[in-house]
Amino acid sequence: MHSVKRTGLIFFPAFDWAISPTHPEREERLLYTQDQVFEEGLLDFENILEYKPGLAGQDDINRVHICVPEASAICTESHLISAGGAITAADKVLRGDVDNAFALVRPPGHHAMRVVHGARGFCNINIEAVMVEYIRRHYGHRKIAIVDTDCHHGDGSQDIFWHDPDTLYISVHQDGRTLYPGTGFPNETGGPNARGYTLNIPLPPETSEEGFLFALDNLILPVLEDFKPDIIINSAGQDNHYSDPITNMNFTAQGYAILTDRLKPHIAVLEGGYSVETALPYINVGIILAMAGIDYSFVKEPDYNPAALRQDPEVTAYIERLVPALYDQWRQRGSLKASSDIGTFERRSRSIYYDTDNIHEEQIESVRICDDCGGVVTIDSMASTGNRIFAVIVPGRACAACRREGEALFAATKSGDVYRYVYLQDRDRDVFTRK
Amino acid sequence: MILGIDVGGTHTDAVLIEGRDVLEKIKVPTNSDDLGGSLLEVAEQLLGPVGSRYPDRVVFSTTISTNAIVQDAVSTVGMILANGPGIPPSRITTDKNARFVSGYVNHRGISVVPVDRREVEIIAEGFHKKGITAIGVAGKFSTRNQRLELDIEEIAGSRFSHVSLGHRMSGNLNFPRRVATTYLNAAVWDIYRKFIEVVNAFINRFGKRFPVYILKADGGTLEINRSADYPVQTILSGPAASVMGILSLADCVDDAVALDIGGTTTDIALFADGVPLLEPRGLTIGKYKTLIRGLRTQSIGIGGDSAVRFENGGFVIGPHRLGPAAAFGGPAPTPTDAMIVLGLTSPDDRRKAETALEPLAAQAGISLESAAQEIFDETCRHIARAVTAMIERVNAQPVYTIHELLEGKVLRPAVLHVVGGPAQPMAPRIAEYLNCRAEIPPHAEVANAVGAALARTTTELTVLADTEEKTLTIVEEGIRIPISAGFTREEAADICLDRLRERALSMGARTEDLELEITEDQSFNMVRGFYTAGRNIRIKAQVKPGLITGVERGDPSCTQ
Repeated sequence: MHSVKRTGLIFFPAFDWAISPTHPEREERLLYTQDQVFEEGLLDFENILEYKPGLAGQDDINRVHICVPEASAICTESHLISAGGAITAADKVLRGDVDNAFALVRPPGHHAMRVVHGARGFCNINIEAVMVEYIRRHYGHRKIAIVDTDCHHGDGSQDIFWHDPDTLYISVHQDGRTLYPGTGFPNETGGPNARGYTLNIPLPPETSEEGFLFALDNLILPVLEDFKPDIIINSAGQDNHYSDPITNMNFTAQGYAILTDRLKPHIAVLEGGYSVETALPYINVGIILAMAGIDYSFVKEPDYNPAALRQDPEVTAYIERLVPALYDQWRQRGSLKASSDIGTFERRSRSIYYDTDNIHEEQIESVRICDDCGGVVTIDSMASTGNRIFAVIVPGRACAACRREGEALFAATKSGDVYRYVYLQDRDRDVFTRK
Repeated sequence: MILGIDVGGTHTDAVLIEGRDVLEKIKVPTNSDDLGGSLLEVAEQLLGPVGSRYPDRVVFSTTISTNAIVQDAVSTVGMILANGPGIPPSRITTDKNARFVSGYVNHRGISVVPVDRREVEIIAEGFHKKGITAIGVAGKFSTRNQRLELDIEEIAGSRFSHVSLGHRMSGNLNFPRRVATTYLNAAVWDIYRKFIEVVNAFINRFGKRFPVYILKADGGTLEINRSADYPVQTILSGPAASVMGILSLADCVDDAVALDIGGTTTDIALFADGVPLLEPRGLTIGKYKTLIRGLRTQSIGIGGDSAVRFENGGFVIGPHRLGPAAAFGGPAPTPTDAMIVLGLTSPDDRRKAETALEPLAAQAGISLESAAQEIFDETCRHIARAVTAMIERVNAQPVYTIHELLEGKVLRPAVLHVVGGPAQPMAPRIAEYLNCRAEIPPHAEVANAVGAALARTTTELTVLADTEEKTLTIVEEGIRIPISAGFTREEAADICLDRLRERALSMGARTEDLELEITEDQSFNMVRGFYTAGRNIRIKAQVKPGLITGVERGDPSCTQ
């Protein structure tokens, strides 16, 4: 039997906001979800409590992102509300008002990376990441796990937590060889100080309930058991559904409800999902019921047909090979950590494309290899907008050496001719400076 | 000349209003064994012998349906429910004669599975054999497409004397509430029908027809014969009478708080820009959460006769009432006794009040006067805290657009209107705690009857248009008509207002009272495969709750 939980629901469909009139991220997106949630009477259940979202502040954004030129240029009110909705969910759970909470808000955020020149993958700012750092700042929780079940690889979340061994980022998604953003392969495991704490599970197209739940039971849940997070967050994208127009998976409302029931996230945050009429109403009702510990076995899409969605044996065989290999990789994460070269910097160069705003960015990121903290990070970023910036990020619980290095680098780098702006994001002291 | 009668739990108030003057007013104890009879008795007293006075209209607020539900003295109802996928049937509150059937409609009003005729026939036959005479039919999303409920009615209906259909109860979404509302409507239908017969027989004696109205929970009225099929709308009209009374007696145009302080309880209501707030999802009666449109009121267990005790270093007021105040021979000290000791209200027996308070003062280790002052302050603070919490809840109510979230109305009441026994001494103190101005409408003892007499006829209507499906649905009337693909939101709004006007007139509204407003106005582009496939338009309009024209707010001549 299910155990009843007090579940907070932060529902903000933003009925007056769209990227453009026919864009998937448009006013209509949560309309039928609202209809279904209202018609099922979910808000009358004594253990489901609805809350109005708060507004995130610029400081909440600056704790996570380097917005170019500044947060107010990147975030419209809609972004501050959806990030604020995620923060409200966290507040309700961590103050003990509810056992868990679902931020059913839009616009989404998991493609927004650390440096933000504009919108990519329908996202401007990473609302889960903003929430995670808010939790650390205001409640002191250290070990946080994010399980991203959106069909697209959450490359923004991966980027933001790449060097952070306190944040376990697990993404299960459609294989990047077949879908935007084209990343999220098993060998992407995190930076030198956090090797293994990024775990990508790319599943082949047409994976059904069977495959998702196999990965959940045999990889995600055991890894979470090893990591022992203080808080589990689910980036609850809903585009693995068989009817989603921009992906190729075969997941179902029942599947999402079972996944939520077994994962038991403290906080779920809506990400993508664009089958607005035939999938979202049922998936969201399923997730809410599962979180609240109410029987969800009657939640089914009108055209649900398990026989038609049966998984191809080849897909099954592939997943059954992939999953144990990834679990081994997780267990050997200690051996992946760089043990030599402490105090030197490791670099990576990347080209990042902002599909929504058509911006190209060239980035060189360096991290100080460190045994005592996540390591100070510097980013040299040049965008096709003409903006070039330099950022120094001092990590949370920074060691003295990384702090010294970071402060020195910030002091030594001048804004003006080469860099339009130079930023210091000191996560340890919650200070953000731009010069 | 208007006759207004409010049958309350303990008292029945009646007023006769001519133009702007209250000609007569009476207050008599309610005979709860014969609510219909005591109502007519009062009417007779005010109208005099047949032939002496003819009112232009009579308005009743009665607890007939409410009492029947609360006392479970209702008819047995057979419920036929088409629940579709979603929450488990076990979470839907019904009585034992509920049957779930196949067939359902989705959120867009598209029929997914039709009704199974044979299945419905067998169930109907079973109910009929049991001697059930009234049934309720409710389907999930039946407000989006009434076909399914109408089909069930067509298959089953002829065997029963009454069928309540879910979509007629309200245009709002919420299937479990639709089930409860439909059930209650069918359950009180017979009792209410008999009441109407009694009223009609009474009027016939006058030899001349005059319209009779019934007060609804939303503070509006409905012509009595039009109410016959929707008796559920008349439940819980008592608080509505009180709120409409304050509205008519007080100069209420801004954000305001209304308090009705009784012996056992205090009722709180709120006004936004002079309009009483409605319960957002519907009223709750006993274990039933319903879709009944009603004024948002809150009752707290504190009043002039609440028992006072000293506990953990402080005075605790209520929630129980053990009897009248000690000064009036009651068994326990009360806030009223404290007010008597403080000289705030005229003593019946000051000595008794003092005697009752003395042990409490001794327990607290303070003087009698200090104890009385502290009890009085705590009573007022307690009410003020409940008011503040209610305002906070209203302001924290979720909204779904960026515009409303950032620019939405924030309720900031500056005035407190108080009626009820201890209004005079308590109002200024409560207002002080709430940091607002106190007003006590004069002659407020018959506020409920005045409220009933002067309330206008209200109703609401929901119109949905789906230009991809090329269908327009007039929800509460059960009508679906074809439209063109180019149908606009403006056209939908015009149709909604026209139909609302007709509906209100047919329910007994006077043309001059038709203050219509659109309360929901949404139009969404439906995009499929990156192209706009149509528009989903949702319009809701209402006759605003308020007073009939010709009566100015706060007009002192109304309170003579």
